[in-house]
Amino acid sequence: MIEKFRSLSFLFTSHSSHEDPQSPHRIFKTLVFHIRPRMVAERTLRFTLTFGLGGMAVVLVTLQIFTGILLKFAYEPFPVQAYDSLIRLQTGFPFGQFIRNIHFWSANFLVGVLFLHGLRVFFTGAFRTPRRVNWIVGLSLFLLVLAANLTGYLLPWDQLAYWATTICLGMLDYIPGIGNRLQQWIMGGPQLGPATLRNFFALHTAVLPVIIVALMTYHFWKIRKAGGLVVPKSPEEIPEEKPAMVPSNPNLLLREAAVALSAIACVLTVALLFDAPLGPPANPGLSPNPTKAPWYFAGVQEMLVHFHPTFALLIVLSLALGAFFLLPYLGGGAASPGVWFASADGRRTSVAAAIAAGLITPIAVILDEYVIDLAAWMPGWPQVVSNGLIPTALFIGLLAGVYIAIRKPFRAQRPETVQALVVFLLVMFVMLTIICAIFRGEGMALRWPGVRSN
Amino acid sequence: MKAKKPKPAAVKVETPTPSGGGVSRRSFFNFLWGALGLAALAELVWVAFSFLSPGRQSARDQPANAVVSAGAVESFPTGTVEGFQRGQFYLVRLDSGGFLAISCKCTHLGCTVPWVEKEKKFLCPCHASSFDITGNVTAAPAPRALDMFQVTIENNVVKVDTSKRIKRSGFNSEQLVYPPKL
Repeated sequence: MIEKFRSLSFLFTSHSSHEDPQSPHRIFKTLVFHIRPRMVAERTLRFTLTFGLGGMAVVLVTLQIFTGILLKFAYEPFPVQAYDSLIRLQTGFPFGQFIRNIHFWSANFLVGVLFLHGLRVFFTGAFRTPRRVNWIVGLSLFLLVLAANLTGYLLPWDQLAYWATTICLGMLDYIPGIGNRLQQWIMGGPQLGPATLRNFFALHTAVLPVIIVALMTYHFWKIRKAGGLVVPKSPEEIPEEKPAMVPSNPNLLLREAAVALSAIACVLTVALLFDAPLGPPANPGLSPNPTKAPWYFAGVQEMLVHFHPTFALLIVLSLALGAFFLLPYLGGGAASPGVWFASADGRRTSVAAAIAAGLITPIAVILDEYVIDLAAWMPGWPQVVSNGLIPTALFIGLLAGVYIAIRKPFRAQRPETVQALVVFLLVMFVMLTIICAIFRGEGMALRWPGVRSN
Repeated sequence: MKAKKPKPAAVKVETPTPSGGGVSRRSFFNFLWGALGLAALAELVWVAFSFLSPGRQSARDQPANAVVSAGAVESFPTGTVEGFQRGQFYLVRLDSGGFLAISCKCTHLGCTVPWVEKEKKFLCPCHASSFDITGNVTAAPAPRALDMFQVTIENNVVKVDTSKRIKRSGFNSEQLVYPPKL
């Protein structure tokens, strides 16, 4: 973002080519164009190609670093004191609550923006060669940001933080072989306690930011190496033809500045209007009812209600995640890059898959909640079979069914079919997230939002 | 990164090669540097990992006294459940008079399960698992019975060793500890 501000100030000064090469202005300009390209393909400037999502993510990360450093001056990473230091921050420090709100909201927006950015890259086909490696780098960045969010979630040491972290770390226990040791390693002991807070604080304020910034730099460098953004081409155009280029000053820089300033304005407005939550101080003896993971893990928590944990986490989740990492290597065929959903066929199959997932997910959740009770129907069978193997087999069968249903009647090409499957999985996950975050109340029972049972 | 400039021509140094066509002095030293570098890296990684190993804080963060004295045998009527904040367990006395110390950590994801007297069940608020008075699962998603701790009875005082959590797939009567018959 700094570079964006620089580029903005730069817009208001003259730039003759007869400048002294040693003048500060000239050096400054060279620096800007060392980071940003000098020329960009005109078509990549279209807002609907990218929606400026990558740029927004950079802005949010910069806001996080800035507010995070400020918060570090107020925070004490010890249980009990941590909570008190937050109270002090919010009441005693000028703009303390406001700075915390910015940090909180921009962390949440960052998850959303990165998710949408990933969708944009996928649905415009910008993840194939020569951008394969960058797709993997981007996904890793997304996971790292989730880790940063999770480690930050514990720091206030309130009930919400303590129990959400407990269940998130509890999931690790189900990784066969190393799960228990890994969990103890991260927690720094058998229970969530002072050691966990120490570890999370170190990860959140040193390890993760450094890795994220380093990987971001690599991410941007790879974009430059791929020749900038993916250039949209209609099928009748010759793919090898060089696109029309325009100077990035002011065409690109001005647009970037506009996106950056709008994003900052949005975050600041939300931070002014809504305070970051702070519950009662953590009490290890009392789990609040219901205890929910942060919203970005709510989809996983919902899966845990329905599947045996080993299957929910290890088989379904890690397979899905692995498939996402390998997408550029699975997709096959050369779909038209830069065209949303690849083709008219792609648009139709995607909409069909989205509608199917949007209907099937809530129906399956409701059936499992009120009708199906495999463990009771299959007495004598271990839970791993009744709650794990069988639902997982059903789920994989469903995916296979979707694949065939799209492939055959639509006569879809392979990339379009893979795309439709991805849409199906994503919509399913989003639905699960919504169900857990909004439609579950006391005792994790389904209920309408806002309605309290008894 | 690819260098734009052409590589400077390697300075030719006459290195005597053994007549047998073996390793030149230069490639031998290059190999040596590489090997030393790797060894140094391995040491650094080893140091970092030992520093971060799980055992490092066990001495400091573990409570010194892990054996909790719960109280006299008579203070626990049969068929009751008593919660202990310290050590995080429930001391259960079944109708038969046997004692059982049950961890209050849900085996699903580690939430604290409260004892609901009305339903005679442990109900987990996080994912709606439930357990009966012996800790057996009565509703999924919890995959196994609540963990237990070793109970001993000395001089009519019930003691619970909270240092070692005992995993079990289900309840059986051998897990119960009875006060010695008077």
